[in-house]
Amino acid sequence: MTSYTYRKFKNKLFFWLSLGCVIIAVLPLLSILFEVVIKGAPQLSIQFITKPVGIMGQSAGGIGPAIQGTLILIGLTSLIGIPIGVISGIYLAEYGDNKYADSIRIINGVLTGVPSIVIGVTVFLAAVIFLRHFSPLAGGLALSIIAIPIIARTTEESLKLVPNSIREASLALGVHKWRTIISVDLPAAKSALITGILLAVARIAGETAPLIMTILGSQTFFEGFNQPMDALPLRIWRDAQLPYANFQAQAWGAALVLILIVLSLNIGVRIANRGRLVK
Amino acid sequence: MSLVSEKIEMDSNTHAEKVLNQQNSTLTNEKMKSIGLSAWFGTKQALRNINLSFRSNSVTAIIGPSGCGKSTLVRCLNRMHELVRNSKVSGQVLLDGRDIYAREVDPVMIRRRVGMVFQKPNPFPTMSIYDNVAAGLKLTGLKKGKNLDEIVMRSLKQATLWDEVKDDLDNPGTSISGGQQQRLCIARAIALQPEVILMDEPCSALDPIATAKIEELIVALKRDYTVVIVTHNMQQAARVSDFTAFLYIGELIEYGSTKDIFENPKVELTEKYLTGGFG
Repeated sequence: MTSYTYRKFKNKLFFWLSLGCVIIAVLPLLSILFEVVIKGAPQLSIQFITKPVGIMGQSAGGIGPAIQGTLILIGLTSLIGIPIGVISGIYLAEYGDNKYADSIRIINGVLTGVPSIVIGVTVFLAAVIFLRHFSPLAGGLALSIIAIPIIARTTEESLKLVPNSIREASLALGVHKWRTIISVDLPAAKSALITGILLAVARIAGETAPLIMTILGSQTFFEGFNQPMDALPLRIWRDAQLPYANFQAQAWGAALVLILIVLSLNIGVRIANRGRLVK
Repeated sequence: MSLVSEKIEMDSNTHAEKVLNQQNSTLTNEKMKSIGLSAWFGTKQALRNINLSFRSNSVTAIIGPSGCGKSTLVRCLNRMHELVRNSKVSGQVLLDGRDIYAREVDPVMIRRRVGMVFQKPNPFPTMSIYDNVAAGLKLTGLKKGKNLDEIVMRSLKQATLWDEVKDDLDNPGTSISGGQQQRLCIARAIALQPEVILMDEPCSALDPIATAKIEELIVALKRDYTVVIVTHNMQQAARVSDFTAFLYIGELIEYGSTKDIFENPKVELTEKYLTGGFG
């Protein structure tokens, strides 16, 4: 009987231990979110999200250019990063049963761990100096380099979750391998795949360091692919350094907008992809 | 296209050989035949020198204890074995007198002629019942100029599933019971109108009532197809098959009409297995 109570005690202990760890993990995140909403929400207004940045020492203006820039960067990164990342992931999952793929996986892992500032400097040297301009394209390139290994990895993982029996069913019907991947494997992996891509997009939407080296930041709306551009993380970073309360408040507002953009992107893509047959 | 492959065919097999093979196959009514077929997983040999023929419009059962190579044998008949990493096949498998392992033969085309039903029902989870049946034609691009609705209906009727699902064709293929799913997989295989249907323990995941239905179906299918069924259930082999092959540790021990094998086995090992001496 004592051993039974002891086992019950151990069971309880483990439960509370895991719950405690979850609380410790979530608490800082919740407090950040809370802080951002409390300080950022009062800033929100039509003017705030549409107007360009004001003059220092006077009105702070809005963060229109930063929102526009972030949306452009998300678009560019999706355009470059998603196809390359997904297709590399397909290679790793469906054809990657060899030692070359093993080394690609290692490189991918290393690339995921490279500090984003290093990627920023690399793109600065490779693209910005070469083009002689700060450019939204360089920004998109840097963010793509960050996103590709993440997307490739999640694509591989999500395809590996597709039961092999489904794959074999298709091949046994005399369906070519490429067609099996596109019409059977990818649809089955879709929801996990979308989650992975959204996580990668959320990650790059918040990147700041590589943007300093590639799009520099700007007070105005988009002026061309050979001109500097603003983005929300950059705006937050610059505003927060200023000694003016209205600009600091603007930074809080910008942070909230960034969170809302990522959130609405998440919800939007999920609603759009809510297929009848996908669980 | 067909001219080219015809020409290559002529080059690889001498004319005399081809005529001989075709004569042989018409004489004995052989649809498929394995000649000196051996198969390996890495260095482990799973099949040793199997010489076995499969007569058209009949059911051939392959029986034997677990791990004797039954599944490997049928997977060699539609070139699914080679999808396993490090697998190897030697020898010949003739389909209508032509070697399906000849260099110019595309395994994808063989799989369209030799359909397969797997141990566990594996309908495509992202497709409806209708699309599951139509998948073969859609994904192989063979649907051109065909009445898909009619083929789906005919296949489901042939698989004796039509009456149970005719009002739910848009429901997911995974929404029906296990036995129904297996008949759906059979409908999916016959929608392509293959010449041979391989069944790898098609009832082992099903209850007795579903099993009885599938068995009835197997007997009915031989009117139009050549059926090869792997089973570990000896009673099932006795009930459904016309010919039986007994495999033991990768070797063909005995082959003959099911009646002879069960009532009058010539090899002691066969008798021992059939009477439950081992297995």
